[in-house]
Amino acid sequence: MLLQAVAFYVFAFVTMASGAAVVLSRNPVYSVLWLILAFFNAAALFLLIGAEFIAMILVIVYVGAVAVLFLFVVMMLDINLAKLREGFMEYFPVGALIGIVLFAEVMFALGAFGGHSPTIVALDKAGAQVATVENTRAIGRVLYTQYFYLFQVAGVVLLVAMIGAIVLTLRSRPGVRRQRIAEQLYRPKDQAITIVKVPSRGGVS
Amino acid sequence: MMIGLGHYLFVAAVLFTLGVLGIFLNRKNVIVILMCVELMLLAVNINLVAFSVFQGNVVGQVFAMLVLTVAAAEAAIGLAILVVYFRNRGTIEVEDISAMKG
Repeated sequence: MLLQAVAFYVFAFVTMASGAAVVLSRNPVYSVLWLILAFFNAAALFLLIGAEFIAMILVIVYVGAVAVLFLFVVMMLDINLAKLREGFMEYFPVGALIGIVLFAEVMFALGAFGGHSPTIVALDKAGAQVATVENTRAIGRVLYTQYFYLFQVAGVVLLVAMIGAIVLTLRSRPGVRRQRIAEQLYRPKDQAITIVKVPSRGGVS
Repeated sequence: MMIGLGHYLFVAAVLFTLGVLGIFLNRKNVIVILMCVELMLLAVNINLVAFSVFQGNVVGQVFAMLVLTVAAAEAAIGLAILVVYFRNRGTIEVEDISAMKG
């Protein structure tokens, strides 16, 4: 139990520190790398409380897809870093004020709520069920029965996002020569080759 | 030393606040703003999963997966818009994005 507490504090600290580094680092590439670290540590936090499936999905989806997509875009665009950093200090007081106010409010809500927060040991009725059925199976039992339509809607959301991203970035450039395979295949013989009778010692003119 | 729900909610609150702060601080860089949105969604996911586990109800984790789906879709669309914008304008400064201003 002590080991779990120590692990929680380590992972939580690294998550929060790398979250701060995402915001504060000068180079967007470093921001993405810190974001990846934050995702990994959040996944570890999920593992600690037994939400293994979400943890693995977090690593696969966020680190494997989203963060790599960010990295790709950051490295592809040629960004003037110095210009992007202008005004960082200008907005700092307002941003810090709003951040402090928001954090204080959330902490206030947490304090008002925290008096009767259940802990892992205090699981009553569903605790036994959680212990017997592993996490992935439990999610699957709910997701594919009760929330099946929601599951399909999620699929539709991903489909729409995919089509949208393709449509947005697709462009037809006018001056580009492309291979037209159908035209090549349907070309008759007389357009493709010419048969020339070459006279002896005459050569091809 | 028992790790309770409050610990997880604290981490989520810190991450969410950092996300909001980052949106205010990096006013010029759209990519970092998108990353901050991802950070906020991660905080929301931590909240959902923590409540789900500590109440012994698995539905919160199902919902966290849906949030994850939407986050992935949002990142894809946002970055596609960003690429198109950069192709047209050659910059991604937020303050230049005022083409639809009256």
